Amino acid sequence: MTRSSPQLTPPLIDPSAAAQPALAVSGIRKRYGDREVLRDVTFAVPEGEVFALLGPNGAGKTTLIRILTTLVRADGGTARLLGHDVVRDRARVRELISVTGQYASVDEELTGRENLVVVGRLLRLGKTAALRRADELLEEFDLTTAAHRRVGHYSGGMRRRLDLAASLVASPPLIFLDEPTTGMDTRSRAALWNVVTRLARGGRTIILTTQYLEEADVLADRIAVLDGGAIVASGTAAELKRRVGRETVELVLDDGTVIRSVTDGNPERVRLLLNRLHSEGRHVRTLTVQNPTLDDAFLALTGHTSATAPTDKEPAR
Amino acid sequence: MSTATLPTELVFAKRSITRSLRDLDSLVTAVVAPVAIMVLFVTVFGAALDSTVGGSYTDYVTPGVMLLCAGFGAALTATSVHTDVSKGFVQRLRTMPVRASGVIFGHVLASVLRNLASIVIVLLVAVALGFRPTATPLEWLGIVGLLTAYVLVFTLIAAAWGLASKSVESAGMFSFIALFLPYLSTAFMPADNLPGFLRGFAEHQPVTLVTDALRGLATSVPDSTTLTRSLLWLVGLGVGATLLTARLFDRAARS
Repeated sequence: MTRSSPQLTPPLIDPSAAAQPALAVSGIRKRYGDREVLRDVTFAVPEGEVFALLGPNGAGKTTLIRILTTLVRADGGTARLLGHDVVRDRARVRELISVTGQYASVDEELTGRENLVVVGRLLRLGKTAALRRADELLEEFDLTTAAHRRVGHYSGGMRRRLDLAASLVASPPLIFLDEPTTGMDTRSRAALWNVVTRLARGGRTIILTTQYLEEADVLADRIAVLDGGAIVASGTAAELKRRVGRETVELVLDDGTVIRSVTDGNPERVRLLLNRLHSEGRHVRTLTVQNPTLDDAFLALTGHTSATAPTDKEPAR
Repeated sequence: MSTATLPTELVFAKRSITRSLRDLDSLVTAVVAPVAIMVLFVTVFGAALDSTVGGSYTDYVTPGVMLLCAGFGAALTATSVHTDVSKGFVQRLRTMPVRASGVIFGHVLASVLRNLASIVIVLLVAVALGFRPTATPLEWLGIVGLLTAYVLVFTLIAAAWGLASKSVESAGMFSFIALFLPYLSTAFMPADNLPGFLRGFAEHQPVTLVTDALRGLATSVPDSTTLTRSLLWLVGLGVGATLLTARLFDRAARS
């Protein structure tokens, strides 16, 4: 056995690697048959950041995650996690990542606690340590009262939380969440968002994919918009909104007339508008300023809303 | 307090065993079915068949029931293996610093233990119904070895089947094969009564050979030809199934 034991705290990064980003992706390409799934995908994620890959179904999100988590090889390009190549150093990479997929890969016949203990023992923790770690995670993920219930009796949201907990037994510094809330109801989604926010505060680097704009907006420090296998834009949510963004001012006059005007964020234009109305003797009843939403940004960047996106299914797993 | 780490394979085996103990299907298959089948064969067919087999039908049928129950139990491995691959568990393992193939080993070990337990249950019921083996300790050792090998080989074939299956339903189909194979052998009745081509199959298929070898050992008249042939069958099938399982697992894990 030459395998090193899992670390319960994020491993120290050797000084030579200190300047490296947590994740550096460069020119990744992948094709399935004659379908180009990923085209020259390049981005970097600094340590401690929550990074969202936002895109409709079939954009290539899952394929990209599978490449980054050593499950699939890219046709071209490189990806390095904390300096380790996902192909050449995949054994090391697997010690640094946690992956939670779109469905819960937990055992229904076992209890929540048993599921976590199995993972702990697979990671070569002793029995006592595995139990302790399981209890910590159950507490952290609000599953303590369900610890001794079989997972078969869990709700969908509880299962997904347990699945996420199972991926975190080893406390890896890089967390991949592939559409963590797809198919969840609003309450479970909020609960999971809380968990992700807490993990982020703990200094982990989190890479998540989502087709929900709101999710990216709430959780991510930075967002890359993936469409048709290529990154079409990236930046903070505010930057993306600004990029397409026109602030609009909506005025409702006394006689019920509605005036909409694009301001480019320049207050001077609003003043001129109001002056003109005043000189015409018309009275403004209400004034509202509307900022672009991420939906607007998405529509402008990809030419379709996330809801109406072409649903080219990603290849079967 | 324990800080000892378990080898990956044993963690997987423990998981598989816990799962089968929790699963009503596999528990019924492992415990209730052996009792029911043994009682059924002896009480329903026993009296009528004593003359056909030329002796005590209980003595005749016990090895066959052992193989039927063990094979049927081993067939469940197809479903458990398939589920682990299709529901993302293997996928998760492949992103962890863990030898993912250990999961198959775990299922195989669990199946061997579970089905040896079934065999012991069959044996106890058989003895209660009048089974009187006359084997020497060495012959008993042979019986245990042969049964273990049979369960192991059958489990490996089931694992390969489960990996090759496209759905849980087709994985479950292996149970039918496990159920019918002993009926097309001399496990419950001599082959003389079977129509031509089935008879040829029944006389040479591994279940017949293993059954005959077990009967020989149990009654202290071991037949070295049957024994050798059944071992050759088991080794051949075992090696083939292992290679196939390894290859299919690689393919399934990569897809």
